Amino acid sequence: MADFPENLRYSAEHEWVDDASPATIGVTSVAADALGDVVYLELPEVGASIEAGAVVGEIESTKSVSELYSPVSGTVVEVNQSAVDDPAVVNSDPFGAGWLFKVDVTSRGALLTADEYAAQAG
Amino acid sequence: MAEDQQDPTQDKTTPLHDEHVALGASLTGFGGWLMPLRYTSDLAEHRAVRDAAGLFDLSHMGEIHLEGPQSGAALDAALVGNASAIGVGRARYSMICADDGAVLDDLIVYRLADEHFLVVANAGNAPRVAAELVARSAAHDTVVTDRSAETALVAVQGPQAEEIVASLTAADDVETVRTMKYYASAPATVAGVAVLVARTGYTGEDGFELFVPADRAVGLWRALLAAGEPRGLVPAGLSARDSLRLEAGMPLYGHELDETTTPYEAGLGRVVKLDKTGADGEALPFVGRDALAARAQSAPARVLVGLRGEGRRPARAGYDVVQRGLDGAVGAVVGHVTSGAPSPTLGYPVAMAYVTPEVSAEGSELAVDVRGRAEPFVVVPLPFYKRA
Repeated sequence: MADFPENLRYSAEHEWVDDASPATIGVTSVAADALGDVVYLELPEVGASIEAGAVVGEIESTKSVSELYSPVSGTVVEVNQSAVDDPAVVNSDPFGAGWLFKVDVTSRGALLTADEYAAQAG
Repeated sequence: MAEDQQDPTQDKTTPLHDEHVALGASLTGFGGWLMPLRYTSDLAEHRAVRDAAGLFDLSHMGEIHLEGPQSGAALDAALVGNASAIGVGRARYSMICADDGAVLDDLIVYRLADEHFLVVANAGNAPRVAAELVARSAAHDTVVTDRSAETALVAVQGPQAEEIVASLTAADDVETVRTMKYYASAPATVAGVAVLVARTGYTGEDGFELFVPADRAVGLWRALLAAGEPRGLVPAGLSARDSLRLEAGMPLYGHELDETTTPYEAGLGRVVKLDKTGADGEALPFVGRDALAARAQSAPARVLVGLRGEGRRPARAGYDVVQRGLDGAVGAVVGHVTSGAPSPTLGYPVAMAYVTPEVSAEGSELAVDVRGRAEPFVVVPLPFYKRA
């Protein structure tokens, strides 16, 4: 079973979010492995107001396309342009350099701990 | 995830299944079989085939043998091509059609001996092709045997394929392998196993397909992996196989070909031999001939084209091809995408699509409705990729 960072919280749709302010959001290694090689990212725009559980973008791999859900509500303050330019980083380092966007959080959805997520996704 | 995915619990496994699991493959249902989708990375496997070599398990494919004095005549009557004109040791791409000209499957026909042919059918269609060949050859002196279950098939594809296969081939057979022409086959001993070696493939690269008894498949697979690894060979899954064949402009049954398609829409009218004759020199009827003859005379309602994306978002199978509307809007529907992916070799999205003839000319500026947005695509000639 994969190890998931303890300091993050997870959504059932395989996003992770940290507890910093603003909060950083990405997709988990489970999502990255299931997608295959990520070739295209469509991320929300800086300044966009997003809702927890709503579709905010898409992740396209060689074989498929998946919707990207936000695990939190708030305002997008930054997107990872280097991941947009070279999406392979989502596969190689999903919990680090492959982060996707940052949000000024107003509220969080129902999120899982690393253990809960591992039990569900593992 | 893959559109061909079905309930994997019902799927059959190949003689190499345990090898795939041990190599850490992601598995997927395809044509009733549980097959490796990828071992590590789709892109890495695709690039290995273009740059060095890939090793594929194709044991899901069907192998149907016809043996007896009228085997060639039986295939002439059953298929659209002229099987009896194939030389011994050569192979041809062909199709089996219904009475109305619809494509039931696309096939490779190998002539192994004067009175012995091997028909290789797609996994999901193999039982039906075997049943059709039995029914259609009932009046001929030939025996049809479906040996799919006892036959494994592995492919070594890529510029290093000849070196890798030759390095494992018995000394007496090395010359046969090295001088083998494209679309030819011969028996040979490879890694100590008596196999049928064919210089065929589905990747747009040079390469070989090795038909091997199912109980010898694991030894052959391991030998090819070991001999190939120093030359850059990696095991490659169905995902890479699909992107490789798409770049090479090769049709996939269920996508470019199906029972609503005749060979003509698919741009494959050349495989239909309307004028083939029997041993007596008389015109030879074959299943679908009348419908296909009429079809050959009429203008097609739709045409298979290649599309090159101008942006970064790929088109996927099933998406609508549309006119470019004002200000980037989605215009009128003019066709649909049958296969589409980001091309790993070319670096832009590629797709095959059926479109109306009016918009099918090279350079025609179209768009694909990618989830509500008109992404610009241009009609380009097939194949997208041709090896140097």
